[in-house]
Amino acid sequence: MPERVISLERPAEQFNEAMLIRRVRDGEHEFFYELIRPYERRVYAAAFAILRNEADAEDAAQEAVLKAFKHIRQFRAEARFSTWLIQITVNEARMRRRKAHASIMEPIADRQDEEGNYTPRDFADWREIPSETLERNEVREMLAEALAELGQIYREVFVLRDMQHLSIEETAKALGISSASVKTRLLRARLMLRDLLAPGLGGAWNSRLSFEKGTKPW
Amino acid sequence: MVVSCEEVWREVSNYLEGELEPGLRGAMEEHIRGCKRCTAVLEGTRNVVELYGDERMLEVPLGFSQRLHERLDENMPAYMPPSRRSLLGWMVAAAAAVLVVGSLEVIRSVSRGSEMRSEQAQIGTGVPPDMLVIVSEDGKLFHVAGCTFIHEKAKLQTISAAEASRLGYSPCVRCMKKYLADA
Repeated sequence: MPERVISLERPAEQFNEAMLIRRVRDGEHEFFYELIRPYERRVYAAAFAILRNEADAEDAAQEAVLKAFKHIRQFRAEARFSTWLIQITVNEARMRRRKAHASIMEPIADRQDEEGNYTPRDFADWREIPSETLERNEVREMLAEALAELGQIYREVFVLRDMQHLSIEETAKALGISSASVKTRLLRARLMLRDLLAPGLGGAWNSRLSFEKGTKPW
Repeated sequence: MVVSCEEVWREVSNYLEGELEPGLRGAMEEHIRGCKRCTAVLEGTRNVVELYGDERMLEVPLGFSQRLHERLDENMPAYMPPSRRSLLGWMVAAAAAVLVVGSLEVIRSVSRGSEMRSEQAQIGTGVPPDMLVIVSEDGKLFHVAGCTFIHEKAKLQTISAAEASRLGYSPCVRCMKKYLADA
């Protein structure tokens, strides 16, 4: 019999999720805090991807979590709780965005033809970027700024698939679009981010030029 | 099969998703080996996915969790159905809650035992311990052989999942998805 390793056992959180949901449904609402704890950051990130404003995203995230609690009896066990929660969050954030932007035209970036081929513009040679670089605030900010430049439809897909690690199908379900659209938008989002970041990450980064305070590395 | 640069760019995302049929995948890899521009596109796109996929990119405002819990404290009672429980029932439930929360803490502290190489580490998965996986010397994750997220430049070795885990590697959220989802 193969030796079992403790860190390869099933996670306590997932193991207990069904039990937590049952208990919340039975009226033990204190278990709801434990149930949502692993997903709090994801809920905020999903709301922020759509609303692009910290205060609005936080309010929408809170409202979405409250709605999940209110409608917990409607949750079906065959779905993943995380996907269901993110779906509620996406709907809440989109509703707020529609209200706020009712009279404003969508940005041009949102109306791009997503069927057309995207041609990369920058061919700077990137080597593997060590993830330790993410310890630096300026690097995380640079990545966040690049993400903010994407059109809405691309940012939503990218955040759910590549930052929250939902599957293609889960992303499609949460956003109410087809899997084919998820793939098309994901390709474009990744290539656009690469183009936005390549001059800094591909060039200056690898030649080990230091980041001077207040100046961009490219 | 021969593919053009344009085809590589169109499929680079599906390639990273591991969704291409073997023929196209092989043709792409052959093209990329001999094409500097497509190598730059693939490496850059892979970097984008890896950097943004890091847990540290999911930042929340300071005090977010606390404010969320306060809002729940304030609003949850309004949504609760009238209690059907007796006082004794509540006492039993409260005792059970203490036991469950206590046991969760114990499990979590055991899981934290070995330090992970990555913040994205997903400790506690359904990966079979005797499964052979690929690790690189400088990497943080262990992969299924052939995963598109293995950086080719790194020094690779094949070890068991249990050994990889013991050394602080964590499962790649892409190629190990099946096991993570099953867990």
